[in-house]
Amino acid sequence: MEVEISAPSGPPILKFEGVSKSYGPLKVLRDVTLEIRTGEVVCIIGPSGAGKSTLLACVNHLESIDAGTIYFEGQPVYRYLRNGRVVSDPERRIEQIRAEIGMVFQSFNLFPHLTALGNIIEAPIHVRREPPKAARERGLALLGKVGLSDKTDAYPHQLSGGQQQRVAIARALAMQPKLMLFDEATSALDPELVGEVLRVMRELAGEGMTMVVVTHEMDFARDVADRVVFMADGMVVEEGLPEILFSKPGNPRTRQFLQTVLNRNGRSEAQN
Amino acid sequence: MFILREMISFLPPLLEGAWITIMVSVVAYVLALAVGLMFGLARLSQFWPVRWAAAAYVQFFRGTPLLLQLFFIYYVLPYGGIVLTPFASGVMGLTINYSAYMAEVFRSGIQAIPRGQWVAARSLGMSRRLLMRRIILPQAIRIVIPALGNFFVSIFKDSALVSVITMRDLMFSGELLASATFKHFEIFTMVAVIYFVISYPMAKLMEYVEARLDTSRSRFGGKPA
Repeated sequence: MEVEISAPSGPPILKFEGVSKSYGPLKVLRDVTLEIRTGEVVCIIGPSGAGKSTLLACVNHLESIDAGTIYFEGQPVYRYLRNGRVVSDPERRIEQIRAEIGMVFQSFNLFPHLTALGNIIEAPIHVRREPPKAARERGLALLGKVGLSDKTDAYPHQLSGGQQQRVAIARALAMQPKLMLFDEATSALDPELVGEVLRVMRELAGEGMTMVVVTHEMDFARDVADRVVFMADGMVVEEGLPEILFSKPGNPRTRQFLQTVLNRNGRSEAQN
Repeated sequence: MFILREMISFLPPLLEGAWITIMVSVVAYVLALAVGLMFGLARLSQFWPVRWAAAAYVQFFRGTPLLLQLFFIYYVLPYGGIVLTPFASGVMGLTINYSAYMAEVFRSGIQAIPRGQWVAARSLGMSRRLLMRRIILPQAIRIVIPALGNFFVSIFKDSALVSVITMRDLMFSGELLASATFKHFEIFTMVAVIYFVISYPMAKLMEYVEARLDTSRSRFGGKPA
């Protein structure tokens, strides 16, 4: 179904066109077509095993696709047809694209041998070849932005899960990405730590960052997303404005999923 | 009294031999570390011929006796026009043999690093080379230090084998003296004591390093405080 998009509608920064992917006999993505515009916050929701995380991993080619095309800033990327021939981007080009796309993981994946600041400035210095002094300064500013100015020299194991995830967000932002991907960024956190991470993400959205967020936080999706995409069985089942998708889902699968999830969420919120 | 004086007279040639033993061990160990790391990385290459060649190297040199490898280097290579001194032959044999084992240690250390570390590094645009050097190896090396430390004690003792290719190490000096004086008991006892006096503190040092690392290992992958 087509829903008119009222919210930010800059030029498309990311586009999936008929993207499919299988692990052996298991089809994880089926003919996914989806467009993300600059400045947009798109939340992807759906049951586990729907292919949400895989879709995200395809954006920066951490996973490859079997069919279809991914466009970044209007250009086909990674592996695509040109003049009827299959073209593969060289490794160097793939790395350049990845450097433009920030990613935040469910399990944080901070580098344990580096301090909070060390984690943040690692890629700017060694990938972007920024002067260390400038990278440090921006790193410190980013730590301040995520509310961890006092943890500059702390190692990941000295930080709580919520703090680690905020460092991970700062690490991704340090590359000045054009697009941020969040892969269930709060799913591994204790409930009392979810809020601090969502707060940072909300702020980021408010600043106009383009974000694709795979999440189970329905309140976040409803409040922050410009558009919500519901996926199931590797397909985009339905997408639309959050107020419409959440109140009047068009597809019975969406309705069923939302009923289950919102009931559960309602219960847990009552408990808090 | 006479025995003691006699034993003291044996000491200088034995200590000279011990010095050679230490030299061979240290040089071979350092080279084996470098070669082992190289083959360990090659075992994980994305190019199958490199992977295959490294696997062949590891399997072959782990699967044949060190003694035989030394004989080949010292007695067989000259037929191909390659003549090495006993010292060079000994170092080469020990390096080849130990690097094969070390390659496996490095490989397993690298593979012990969680996938999330690779994924995070790649998502930041790091090349394979860069992420290996900056992210994976610094963590992997901490993991393998205890195993590599034990190899030093082990290479020190295995270096006695180089005596068979006429290198005047501690073992060889002992044999020379013993066959000249027929004081087998005294001389080989002294040889054993010298080996032990050197290797025991090293083993202790390794224990200490390992203990130190264990406490600081909590810095890695430990539970959040």
